[in-house]
Amino acid sequence: MSIYLDHAATTPMVDVAINAMVTQLSELGNPSSLHSHGRATRKTLEDAREVIAKEVDCLPTEVIFTASGTEANNIALKGLYWAGRADGKKLVVISAIEHHAILDPAHWLLTHEGAEVIHLPVTPDGVIDLVFFKKLIDDRGPEIAVLSIMHANNETGVIQPIAEVVRIAGQIPVHIDAVQSFKKTPLSFSALGVIAMTLSAHKIGGPLGIGALILRRTVEIPSLLHGGGQEREIRSGTLNAPSIIGFAAAASSAHYPVREITDLRDRFILGVHEVLPDAIVNGVRADRLPGIVNVTFPRTQSDTLLLLMDGAGVSCSTGSACSAGVHEASHVLLAMGHTEVTAQSSLRFSFGATSTPADCDFVLSVLPGVIARGRAANSV
Amino acid sequence: MKVIAAMSGGVDSAVAAARAVEAGHEVIGVHLALAANPQKYRSGARGCCTIEDSHDARRAADVIGIPFYIWDMAEEFHDGVVEDFLAEYAAGRTPNPCLRCNEKIKFAAVLDRARAMGFDGVVTGHYARTEIGVHGKTLHRAVDHSKDQSYVLSVLTREQIDGAIFPLGDTTKVDIRVEAESRGLAVAQKPDSHDICFVPSGDNAGWLRDRLGSDVGPIVDQSGTKIGEHKGAYTYTIGQRKGLGLTVPTADGSPRFVLKIEPITNTVVVGAREELAITSMRGERPVWCGPEVTTTPTLGFVQIRAHGAALECTYYLENGQLIAELDSPLFGLATGQAMVIYDGDRVVGSATICETA
Repeated sequence: MSIYLDHAATTPMVDVAINAMVTQLSELGNPSSLHSHGRATRKTLEDAREVIAKEVDCLPTEVIFTASGTEANNIALKGLYWAGRADGKKLVVISAIEHHAILDPAHWLLTHEGAEVIHLPVTPDGVIDLVFFKKLIDDRGPEIAVLSIMHANNETGVIQPIAEVVRIAGQIPVHIDAVQSFKKTPLSFSALGVIAMTLSAHKIGGPLGIGALILRRTVEIPSLLHGGGQEREIRSGTLNAPSIIGFAAAASSAHYPVREITDLRDRFILGVHEVLPDAIVNGVRADRLPGIVNVTFPRTQSDTLLLLMDGAGVSCSTGSACSAGVHEASHVLLAMGHTEVTAQSSLRFSFGATSTPADCDFVLSVLPGVIARGRAANSV
Repeated sequence: MKVIAAMSGGVDSAVAAARAVEAGHEVIGVHLALAANPQKYRSGARGCCTIEDSHDARRAADVIGIPFYIWDMAEEFHDGVVEDFLAEYAAGRTPNPCLRCNEKIKFAAVLDRARAMGFDGVVTGHYARTEIGVHGKTLHRAVDHSKDQSYVLSVLTREQIDGAIFPLGDTTKVDIRVEAESRGLAVAQKPDSHDICFVPSGDNAGWLRDRLGSDVGPIVDQSGTKIGEHKGAYTYTIGQRKGLGLTVPTADGSPRFVLKIEPITNTVVVGAREELAITSMRGERPVWCGPEVTTTPTLGFVQIRAHGAALECTYYLENGQLIAELDSPLFGLATGQAMVIYDGDRVVGSATICETA
């Protein structure tokens, strides 16, 4: 028995994406070339760009392909900061629950580029504190170069009130990391009114190694990579046509069964409470993505639980970063008011399109034994 | 059995894990993160605490085909091994941190945690053997005497030995490297780690000086006459001859040796080699790896260094302490070291040397 409940880490590629990619892999031509081979690749690639633009409700020219969500986040945060700094704005505002692909570039801007960084606090349910945010904008709005908030959190699945954030932010450039939310909850670049938005292919059934920054067409920012001038000169480098085509195929055709996955999630939560009444589901009162459940199991250590779950045939995760392979307390759970100890007693289970009720029930059947052993190991 | 293989990232523990799998055990590889702030890369051959080492261990586990996890034991290691190391030196004794690590981390914290999680034991790449006989499971020297690590395992209790598996005890190190190569393990030619893993520079005296200070104190002869100065008594070892920096020669021109380190007065006492001679030693906190030693004098061997010679002796228990009387005198023995008693190649037990005569 081997159950995969780590779809927020990566999820199986869909057949249409695999087929589209395989077909394109045998095609010859650099999309930047002017000859017939180049034109053929460019035609297919630009079709893919239009497909993705349609999926997120933006203009094709607003799609900038990158090698990962991390790269898109770096281009957006650093680029918008540098652009703002040129106008004397040195404040970077991010939430306390961002992915490391925003947290770490923000920290780098602080240590290397003269930025001041403010982390927005969140409520115990993991939603950014809008009262704090409103006051910050009132007090220091004109100093803010860039504001970056994730659309939905990767550890808890909690969805952030982006429309409200944009309304309060007014003229301040807002970037959102939509890596987890894309295809799992409605997402419209133009309706949200953000300046920039990050996407990643492998979280939606597309290939690894391809992402996109959606950047409003009138925005000009310095680039991180200089070279052939591709992608509005913001991201030089030969375009990865097969991966882009696989990405578009997944974006347009992969069916994410929201209803079924939400039901699975809720079935799982009910079951957890039944077998382990003292377990705490994090962010349970907030609006959340269908597929992510984050549970704290008091008096355990998550690294022990991962080993035992793996041994029982279940692949899940803590969702948080490792330092030299040593699990650190999740900054997301700490921001939600957990202590170091309870934050390190938590696991993330994430369901995907291939998950079944049988998967859910199998995990529930092994969970009590795993937690009991985890508690025994924690008390030696 | 379901076992945890402790994998340092070196060749020995990698082959040990592979052999455990072949022996039919269900094996999970675990790398112990022992440094709170690990270095990214090894400097030289030292250490088993770098991120590079944990990558090596993970790669070996993947090649063998076993799950791999990292356990954070940095706090336990600091409290049980590093602090003990410092305290022992500060008290004028000479500790062995590898022995302490086996006693408090690998076969205590790790074994206890493994057992609580439903595992039956811990596999390591130590060169030692176990045998099952009339006395139950007993600890023995490795076939490769030059690599034998039974000395640093002598602090294990019978219960700990019951949970320990040493798959390399029947093979020489040279053959282990060949075997690693044939198993496709990239660590086959990785240099041996040596020295003390938490002193990455290898400069033990400098490391101690940074933590214990370098208070100047007198070097005196046996009559108490000051004949020199030192910068920290703890950087000296009993029996040390070189590096004393003495300018006053002895009457007959014979060399001087460190005889005694007195931490309270920060004094180093030196004298002639004959003064170093001892014929008996007393050890506290004895641990028995097999049947307990009694007050009845018994013939055997005592070893006082990790790779030292086994010295013929008579040993017995007196007031709960282990006594070894040597057949021929020994020169230069520091307190704090472990005295390990052997019956042939079987480890009888060990104790921490607290007195010599």
